[in-house]
Amino acid sequence: MSEFFHMGGYAAYVWPAYGIAAIVLLGLLAATWKGLRDAEATLKALESAHPGRRRARAAGQRPSDKSAGTPAEASE
Amino acid sequence: MTRKKRRLTMLGLALLGLGTATALALTAFQDNIVFFYSPSQLQTQQVGDRNFRLGGLVEEGSVHKQPDGVTTAFRVTDTAHTVDVSYRGQLPDLFREGQGVVAEGRMANGVFVAREVLAKHDEKYMPPEVSEALKQAGVYKNPAESETKTAKKE
Amino acid sequence: MHRFANPARFLRLSAALLPWCAGATVILMILGLWLSLFGSPPDYQQGETVRIMYIHVPAAWMSLFVYTNMAVAAAVGLVWKHPLADLFAKAAAPIGAGFTFVCLVTGSLWGAPMWGTWWVWDARLTSVLILFFLYLGYMALVNAFDDPQRGMKAGNVLLLVGIVNVPIIKFSVDWWNTLHQPASVMRMGGPSIDPSMLAPLLAMAGAFTAYFLSVVFLRLRTEINQRKIQTLRLSAAADGTRG
Repeated sequence: MSEFFHMGGYAAYVWPAYGIAAIVLLGLLAATWKGLRDAEATLKALESAHPGRRRARAAGQRPSDKSAGTPAEASE
Repeated sequence: MTRKKRRLTMLGLALLGLGTATALALTAFQDNIVFFYSPSQLQTQQVGDRNFRLGGLVEEGSVHKQPDGVTTAFRVTDTAHTVDVSYRGQLPDLFREGQGVVAEGRMANGVFVAREVLAKHDEKYMPPEVSEALKQAGVYKNPAESETKTAKKE
Repeated sequence: MHRFANPARFLRLSAALLPWCAGATVILMILGLWLSLFGSPPDYQQGETVRIMYIHVPAAWMSLFVYTNMAVAAAVGLVWKHPLADLFAKAAAPIGAGFTFVCLVTGSLWGAPMWGTWWVWDARLTSVLILFFLYLGYMALVNAFDDPQRGMKAGNVLLLVGIVNVPIIKFSVDWWNTLHQPASVMRMGGPSIDPSMLAPLLAMAGAFTAYFLSVVFLRLRTEINQRKIQTLRLSAAADGTRG
């Protein structure tokens, strides 16, 4: 088994190559997943704040206040 | 509909122009994109005293460790011409006789004095047993074959 | 609302396809990793370092495959003004950049012991580095404008300009003297690679493709949501000023 991890003396090159690929692919998947959850949550909040969607014209309601909670998405 | 067609035509023309410009630029810079010169190219190329890269195959039986222990002498060949090379330092793991090599350095008294030696490998991959079996069957092709093809093309 | 008609259909389609792509990713990744690390022999010249190839080469293929798809989408976006095409390019870019990064790093890790150098400025390596910068430049460009439509348009133009780099990468090893060796699989006269080594390579390539499809579906879903959010906010802001 230790021979397997030794990789014929090239362990220092082979394992980092697999490690980098794993980090990039898993990291990208995690970031994608988080972005989707955030976007879905924001969309839900906005839609429930304006049930009639763009028809939400009730006097006194300031929709911009609602969106101020998640400014990060606004710039995306 | 006509607007879409016009956009499509413009896009096609732009890509065509871009492709032509790139092709022209690459042809013009052909010399600078060349990573190394083969021994045959050296016969016609004026290199003088400047630094350049020499590429080819390490000639079979030409590798000799010098008495000082750190200098290696070998010959680089493209089967048509050969160049004597001398190099002080650590050689890459893939450096071996019959394999491709790219050395950077300059000519001094008819010998190419390398500052850096890089191993070049070919596009063949196989297990050791297969290469052994091919050798025994007599159909083994030296890695040199594909290398000389590249070298001769110039 | 006809602009959302197609995205809505796409969302349904992608929801149906996603489980299959995700399942294929997991299965092919396990198979590919097993073949790469246990089920394949060392190379007769390069020994165990040949195992880096099973990551490096599929990542390199993906970097070109993703970019080509993005460029086609950019052309569709520019000519037919299809909103999904724009969003596809934007969603795919980080994945393509990721694959290009993996390709460059694993190539470096492979070159260090075998070639004797981490990096050389030969035509192949340089053109792949340019591809990486094209991805990064595209991602920066689409986000650089206040008006997302203009950002998309600028990004699409960059993608189409950059497409010349794709054949340059592919044929650089044939056109010029490079330190990088010529193609082993997609070449005239068939692969010059032993079947026992071709199997892990193709399994990993399949895994990477399935991964790309899965993640790009998720990212497209996010992009479509973002666009809806933007529309809602704009209309809400318009209402706010009116009211």
